[in-house]
Amino acid sequence: MSTETKDFVIEKKSEPLFSKKNRKLIYDPLNDSNPITVQVLGICSALAITVQVQQAVIMSLSVLFVVAGGNAIISMMRNTIPDRIRIIVQLVIVAALVILVNEVLKAFLPDISEKLSVFVGLIITNCIIMGRLEAFALGNKVGPSFLDGIGNGLGYAWILLVVSIVREIFGSGSISFPGMGQVKFLPESWFIAEGGFYENNNFMILPPMALVIVGVIIWIQRSRNTKLIEEN
Amino acid sequence: MAINKNSNGYTFFFAITMVVLVGTALAVTSLALKPAQQKNLATKKMMDILGAIKVDATRDNAPQLFEEYVIRRVAVNFSGSEVASLDGEIDPLDKTDPFNIDVQKDYRTFVKGIVKQYGKNPEDLAKALTDAPVNYPVFECVKDGKKLFVCPMVGTGLWGPIWGYVALEEDFVTIFGAKFDHKSETPGLGAEINTAFFQDKFKGQKLNVDGQNVFDVLKGGAPTDEYSVDGITGGTITSKGVGEMINRTMPVYVKYLQSSNQQSAAR
Repeated sequence: MSTETKDFVIEKKSEPLFSKKNRKLIYDPLNDSNPITVQVLGICSALAITVQVQQAVIMSLSVLFVVAGGNAIISMMRNTIPDRIRIIVQLVIVAALVILVNEVLKAFLPDISEKLSVFVGLIITNCIIMGRLEAFALGNKVGPSFLDGIGNGLGYAWILLVVSIVREIFGSGSISFPGMGQVKFLPESWFIAEGGFYENNNFMILPPMALVIVGVIIWIQRSRNTKLIEEN
Repeated sequence: MAINKNSNGYTFFFAITMVVLVGTALAVTSLALKPAQQKNLATKKMMDILGAIKVDATRDNAPQLFEEYVIRRVAVNFSGSEVASLDGEIDPLDKTDPFNIDVQKDYRTFVKGIVKQYGKNPEDLAKALTDAPVNYPVFECVKDGKKLFVCPMVGTGLWGPIWGYVALEEDFVTIFGAKFDHKSETPGLGAEINTAFFQDKFKGQKLNVDGQNVFDVLKGGAPTDEYSVDGITGGTITSKGVGEMINRTMPVYVKYLQSSNQQSAAR
């Protein structure tokens, strides 16, 4: 794990939940310490499930739930966890939450669960989650830990959303949201097969294109946020 | 009282308590959600069966369409004799209902081991399969006035199980449609068996009932006769698996269909 976290929040008594410092926990991961574009964690799932927007949305919500829930639970238990087995404890909690998510998806969103297939189970191995538990939740109170989880989940979510929107529009000529199904907005007559001039870009559907799009996002982000550029 | 968090006793106590709590929570969730999950699986099965007779169903209208097209559900044993026959509504708890036969589970528990052990010798294989407590469900459908028979099957691909539904026409040899799916075949290669491009090749092909192989999924080159289709390039093992499950399972159904046809003709 290549975490370069700069978390040094010291516990203080009776601090309001949405103090300036706590709000920073939410919006920092959206930009300055984004789990995907800055810490480069959780890339694998970002490549695999961003073909359609609805998959990306459900995946993001699942990760959000697991990282926020895991952070809160581990933070609650932080003073009782024996040091020697803390990684195992974290793993058990994360695995339990992931199984929970998987079962719920299977029961209520069978189609999306089928498309996400193993990737829901693989949330367990998503470095963002263990990274946050180890780096933040073990040393901070429940409130801030929960917010940190939400922030990192959202940081993961918006990258997934952007990547999946680009990939679905150019790769399938459609857009989809959970509950609404896939909407093809391009008229059939535009396509070459129907005598038109347009063709979906199949490269967009393949995983390498997700990497290229993430790269473009990183490029744009660093050109605007110059403090992220490494000096060497 | 200060507890020594690093003592062995505390560590064991903590680990055991945590695992028991987490285990209980997960077991409760699993039990609570099971009915909904099983309903989804049943709907998916209906969609697959309807897919084999080329009826497009969604999760919402599948049960209704299933009732409309499927007129009889039959279970047959390996020798092709009928062991159960039902129509009307499906009772999800009725174990004798052919719809509720879990062909994948039967394959996992009984058939897979037998195929592995006797696969090289067709006679031993047939003998072992006759003794196995496995029944084969058939779904008799009527579409546009024609009778169609949907036959489920399960086999092994490269990474995991593959399964399919082949619909036969009234002559019991012509394939009306086929639907295949898989658990974890390689995307772009073996996984292509669940796409229309592969499944459409089966339509109109015939089973070679008297031949050694009833059907072939070929490697390399277009099919030379009506008893075969071209396999998927780069998905050789998955294609072979499709061929294997057709060859193992379809004769059972054909035997049953032919004998039941003679009986009804004699009547």
